[in-house]
Amino acid sequence: MRLAHNFIIGQMPETQPHIIVKDLTMAFGTFVVQRDLTFTINRSDIFIIMGGSGCGKSTLMRHMIGLIAPVKGQIFYDDVNFWEAEPDQRDRIIRKVGILYQSGALWSSMTLAENIALPLQQYTDLKPDQVRELVTLKLALVGLAGFDDYYPSEISGGMQKRAGLARAMAMDPEILFFDEPSAGLDPISARLLDDLILELRESLGSTVVIVTHELASIFAIGNNSVFLDADAKTMIAQGDPNKLLAESTNPLVHKFLTRGEG
Amino acid sequence: MPNNKLTVVETSPAGKTAKIIFEQPDRDVLLIILDGTWTVGAPLPLADEVEKQMAASRAVRRIQFKTDGISNWDSALLTFLIKVADGCSKNDIAFEKDGLPEGVARLIALATAVPERKGARKDTVREPFLSRVGSAAIRWRHSIDETLAFIGEAAIAFIKFLTGRASFRRQDLSLFIQQCGADALPIVTLISLLVGLILAFVGAVQLMMFGAQLYVANLVGISMVRVMGAVMAGIVMAGRTGAAFAAQLGTMQVNEEIDALKTMGISPMEFLVLPRMLALVLMMPLLCIYADLMGVLGGLIVGVGMLDIGLIQYVHQTRAALNLSFFLIGIIQAGIFGVLVALAGCLRGMQCGRSASAVGQATTTAVVTSIVAIIVATGIITVVCNMLGI
Repeated sequence: MRLAHNFIIGQMPETQPHIIVKDLTMAFGTFVVQRDLTFTINRSDIFIIMGGSGCGKSTLMRHMIGLIAPVKGQIFYDDVNFWEAEPDQRDRIIRKVGILYQSGALWSSMTLAENIALPLQQYTDLKPDQVRELVTLKLALVGLAGFDDYYPSEISGGMQKRAGLARAMAMDPEILFFDEPSAGLDPISARLLDDLILELRESLGSTVVIVTHELASIFAIGNNSVFLDADAKTMIAQGDPNKLLAESTNPLVHKFLTRGEG
Repeated sequence: MPNNKLTVVETSPAGKTAKIIFEQPDRDVLLIILDGTWTVGAPLPLADEVEKQMAASRAVRRIQFKTDGISNWDSALLTFLIKVADGCSKNDIAFEKDGLPEGVARLIALATAVPERKGARKDTVREPFLSRVGSAAIRWRHSIDETLAFIGEAAIAFIKFLTGRASFRRQDLSLFIQQCGADALPIVTLISLLVGLILAFVGAVQLMMFGAQLYVANLVGISMVRVMGAVMAGIVMAGRTGAAFAAQLGTMQVNEEIDALKTMGISPMEFLVLPRMLALVLMMPLLCIYADLMGVLGGLIVGVGMLDIGLIQYVHQTRAALNLSFFLIGIIQAGIFGVLVALAGCLRGMQCGRSASAVGQATTTAVVTSIVAIIVATGIITVVCNMLGI
């Protein structure tokens, strides 16, 4: 029997939709970034949002996590239309989402432990020593055991990324968003971070959404994806990246996935 | 005693809550059966229970788990199990992960994969009083060294500027001149006008007792022109421009922009600090003259409006009270304040640490330093003028 726990509720079929984006148009004023985006992210997917620089990948993520309202179209979390939901319902959804920002975005005036403890103190009524235990666990999970009392400025960039991941996981989120997780990391650290993401997904069953153009990561961990194009101003491919590489007939997609060599 | 049920630890009678059942199928094996909901915020048994159980039977050498009954788990179960694992390794007992849910076993492996780095944990040692005083004194010495070095570098940059070899962008200079000059006029107008009004009011109350209202013009004129115009302009610029310089340079420090300048062989002193200092030193005397005028105008409003002094009379009285050396003292003071405010702002900005809170701290100390410097300098200048009999 597959163990049913907090993250996989009951015996779900593998392809239960978790996030649905429908006819989404993103624009700043009259400048349209992307239009007519429609795709589905299933539970426990590792979903890649890819495309060249400046095509609106991060903007799409910012729409999905509630930072920018779409001009047109809907984003559904399970069955809830996110942008038409009541503010407190929206808060509840976002609380189940953990986000790793591009540069870590750790609060610089707080130690790593305080950074991770803040959401726990805000949203749970745990006692201080329980919070401390959870903080220790999260730091240990990302390989930063013992760095509780360090300030973000005192640790390296890769460690900041991992600390950011620990903070994103603080509330045991159902969905994890990553904005360029391996940007600015050496290949080995990037690989370790990929492994960590994969391991966490496997053990926790969370849905993972990654914005990246790192080919190694895309093929190593992604099982579903959407490809945005800056010129067409819409998505021009979607599906398993490995299949896209083998089967896509679109020259742009093929060029991207083969670093322009294929 | 195989399969002998030893103890049941339950946190609440309800069926779904977390509970531990201990069994000892063999002499040296402790089987821990976990059951119920193990989530953050739910009532959970303590890891101490396991420790107690281990302490109770010394023969136990291995711990096994049976977890089929767990309906729900998250980080709470992990923290519990990691504590148990810690207890095991302390007592040399084998911790067998086979019976745990697959995800849990993998996460525990992950959490214990990277051992705590030696020396990573910071010890909070309380230093004795004398050593704290000593290190504070040493820090103070260092900060004086740094300040002197900064003043020296600024002076060298200024000499380079005079010989035309300093590298900075001319449009930066004109932008800063606009920011420190024209853009500051509204606030300088408001403050000096009000100071003139206040001086006139306070003076009038005293002078009226002797029927000497007319001397309000002398009082306001001399105090504005000699001291208050420069001081008010200086304090406004410390809060406005000095703080802005510190915040700009501090943020550039955080973004590694200053490092980028250095590695390109461009001196941040010439490129960033020099135009700011020049702009402020050029603009402060002009602002001071403007503040003098506004202060006198404030006095005039009170004098003409409330004390029944004629407009022409007030102007004549003011002109008779003032002489050129008063103006010069005020303007030279303003120039000195310009140097002090620019130095304090740029110094604190360049010393800034690499975080958001460091920028805030740099801005605060810049304003505090420049206001203290302005007041101290005013005191010294006043005493010196007094001794020289100007």
